[in-house]
Amino acid sequence: MSSLHTLTISEAQKLLRGKEITAGELAESVFQRVNAVEEKVKAFITLTKETALLMADEAQKIIHVQGESGAPSFLGIPLAVKDNMCTKGVPTTCASKILRNFVPPYESTATSRLKKDGYVLVGKTNLDEFAMGSSTENSGFHTTRNPWDLTRIPGGSSGGSAAAVCADECIAALGSDTGGSVRQPAALCGVVGLKPTYGRVSRYGLVAYASSLDQIGPITKDVRDSAILLNVIAGHDPADSTSVPVPVPDFTKVLGRDIKGMKLGIPKEYFIEGMDKEVEHSVKKAIATLESLGAIPVEVSLPHTGYAVATYYVLATSEASSNLARYDGVKYGLRAGGKDLMDMYMSTRAQGFGAEIKRRIMLGTYALSSGYYEAYYKKARQVRTLIKKDFENAFQTVDIIVTPTSPTAAFKVGEKASDPLQMYLSDIFTISMNLAGVPAISVPCGFTSEGLPVGLQFIGKHFDEESVLKASYAYEQATDWRKRRPAL
Amino acid sequence: MKYETVIGLEVHAQMLTETKIFCGCSTKFGAEPNTQSCQICIGMPGVLPVLNKKALEFAVKTGLAVNCAISRYSRFARKNYFYPDLPKGYQISQFELPICEHGHLDIVLDGAVKRIGITRIHMEEDAGKNIHESASGGNYSFVDLNRAGVPLMEIVSEPDMRSPQEAVEYMKKLRNILRYLGVCDGNMEQGSLRCDANVSLRPAGRKELGTKVEIKNINSFKFVEKALDYEILRQLKILADGGRIIQETRLWDSVRNVTESMRGKEEAHDYRYFPEPDLVPMTVDQTWIHDIQSSLPELPDKRKERFVSAFGIPEQDADLMISEKSVADWFEEAVNLGGQPKDVSNWIKGDLMKLLNEEGKTFDECLFRPSGLVGMLKLINNGTISGKIAKTVFEEIYRTGKDAEVIVREKGLVQITDTGAIEKAVDDIIAANPQEVDRYKAGEEKLIGFLVGQVMKTTKGKANPPMVNELLKRKLSG
Repeated sequence: MSSLHTLTISEAQKLLRGKEITAGELAESVFQRVNAVEEKVKAFITLTKETALLMADEAQKIIHVQGESGAPSFLGIPLAVKDNMCTKGVPTTCASKILRNFVPPYESTATSRLKKDGYVLVGKTNLDEFAMGSSTENSGFHTTRNPWDLTRIPGGSSGGSAAAVCADECIAALGSDTGGSVRQPAALCGVVGLKPTYGRVSRYGLVAYASSLDQIGPITKDVRDSAILLNVIAGHDPADSTSVPVPVPDFTKVLGRDIKGMKLGIPKEYFIEGMDKEVEHSVKKAIATLESLGAIPVEVSLPHTGYAVATYYVLATSEASSNLARYDGVKYGLRAGGKDLMDMYMSTRAQGFGAEIKRRIMLGTYALSSGYYEAYYKKARQVRTLIKKDFENAFQTVDIIVTPTSPTAAFKVGEKASDPLQMYLSDIFTISMNLAGVPAISVPCGFTSEGLPVGLQFIGKHFDEESVLKASYAYEQATDWRKRRPAL
Repeated sequence: MKYETVIGLEVHAQMLTETKIFCGCSTKFGAEPNTQSCQICIGMPGVLPVLNKKALEFAVKTGLAVNCAISRYSRFARKNYFYPDLPKGYQISQFELPICEHGHLDIVLDGAVKRIGITRIHMEEDAGKNIHESASGGNYSFVDLNRAGVPLMEIVSEPDMRSPQEAVEYMKKLRNILRYLGVCDGNMEQGSLRCDANVSLRPAGRKELGTKVEIKNINSFKFVEKALDYEILRQLKILADGGRIIQETRLWDSVRNVTESMRGKEEAHDYRYFPEPDLVPMTVDQTWIHDIQSSLPELPDKRKERFVSAFGIPEQDADLMISEKSVADWFEEAVNLGGQPKDVSNWIKGDLMKLLNEEGKTFDECLFRPSGLVGMLKLINNGTISGKIAKTVFEEIYRTGKDAEVIVREKGLVQITDTGAIEKAVDDIIAANPQEVDRYKAGEEKLIGFLVGQVMKTTKGKANPPMVNELLKRKLSG
């Protein structure tokens, strides 16, 4: 069996352009790998092999005509897409029974940019229903397994995408990150996950969970691929009013630049009692590595960190309670019967939504209710501003901030499933960046004694993905973590 | 006890934009169900709204026309409720920070000017329409989303009106302004202008407002007055019996002419408004506001003043001339083409309005153009046709749109000014009416009118009346 599926984007591009391999061979290799391991990993909800092979043929024709120089960057590259991004003609379920049969007649901006660039869609990956969760256990269909240990969760909500990249079931993937949903599963699966600045990537076609926090990001095998993928999906989109019309640099340009003299903020609030010792150890070692590369660690304070989880769960659930109102059985998706309109509404939503969705809709509905709005929603918005200011203040003195991505490595399937609060705390280090809107990446920085990956998070200023990529690339190149593969 | 009525109106006006407020679908009325809808206005997963700048411009225009302050910083909010015609489960509207605030307009009632405050104007999207099949025996309903996403303005007045008549005047004035601005067609029957009223009573002289009742579904001017009259009487009866008014929402039933309770305060929706995260707040540029201000058309009040001062027509005539922008434009065009202002307004308010009313047509739909009237007035002034013949010519222009001259020629309606021909007709009439001639000669001078009439009749109205009069008098005195 060929091992083309283990390639990174940049490696595959080189081989495709050099005509050493064809897009068809690459796609075939990926699907062979899927055949071999998907039964164990369960990363996908929908596989699109037939159309993928057609897409690969099309790509190969263009590569053949264009030759080495002109080919767009994603011609023939097999990618997986989280199943909450609309793909025209391909089911988009959000891992929810309520959208089990939904086939969008339109394409999300992010995937349409990749499509224009000639990518090959491998399939749609599993997630926690509507991206609400940190383990994929909230998927309405099945739980994805961590390729490093199949008894453990891959993280979430983009657990399917992270596991698929980790298990080489695709070359790279797209995820979405509302409170850590790209970075946390990337950390738990030992791959690279980037959440761009809010407004950097269009949200058009991304099924909304919490609109003011959602952002699409790449999940890749290394930092270079993250930059390459961001290059294509980033940029202003007239169809998304919240996407920001700022110039998009070539993010690969900064890779390889040295980080001498770069000021590295270490927020004291992120190294706390109760944190997993092995995670703490890996992260501290990583900081030492960065120091050896010439970066200067500086202790900073993000004083409102302790309010982040509470703030997030008020704002995100409030927005979700409204965003999910459209699933009412009237226009598309599941419609359960009923004796009248109200009965139809209630049984459709009772049958269609899982327990976590209902919990969050109730939380959000409560927080927005008259009499509670001021105390919850409004207060949370005010705290959000304070959290944003924390970062602005810290970035007065440092160029980048470094933290662990997740307080623990991957936990066992079922371990936290019955304790939502414990589950919520798994995003404790990633939530603040969504509230502040700043970019952040997770890269592998070691393994626990049980052989589970640990993630290191780099956080940058608004629209300064370049510093994030530069620093994380320097760290990645100085270490060998990415070379370790799970023994599936 | 004597009670004072307090009324405030919430007017919903559909904006005359080509496309919907948050997507590119057409806003045309009357298309096949669901042919003017896309993934955005249907509320499919993952879609996002983008504000139609024309809608913002129309709201600003309206705000400026009714003396509002335009908010430099304004934003949309979500109003959450479930209903099949509301595809997203929320309506994108404005709550805090509406686009326009603190305006007013003046109404005139019995010659007195009264200022009605306008609290705010905000933008929002219209909902679709449920079509129930239960009437035809089915136990299901359809949803038509063509209207979903059509831009609306909600114009909220202060509780400044004290009678149904004032409310009607306010509605008429507001509608006229919207039509002058071209931002809304003002068609209440088709629902492009809708009105909810808040009504309360308080003992005369007291400052605090009484308990208010909201009345919905008032969709014609006639109903504004009827619904308010009914509701005031209903509340008066309750108070007279020593009862208390319950805060509630009532629905106007235009078939039975009553208002009926729809929901009480306890059942009132909690709309859970919160800022719309999919749309960034709007910062409205001052220079843009200035541009819109300077492009505003002349509004009814100003135009009336000018018609009185520049054209010298009486105030009552001016009121009629400005009552619709199309009428004012028609009037002014005719005057500019050389018509005497008073003649023009007389013909408009008399014959033209009568003919249009008979057919239920508007000035825009009318074949009769101002040039036609001016052409006809020239023929009257140069003696080609008499005022009486003119009525016939006028109707003919109205029906065919032809020039007055052509009609006069084709129908042989030219006035007879040939003395010989008139003299013959006069002689014939004198010969045919010996009794009347004798009585006239005996001093019954008013009979001259009868004799002139007879001559006009035999000449089919074409004889020049002053000439007939003069000839008759001369012959009978001889």
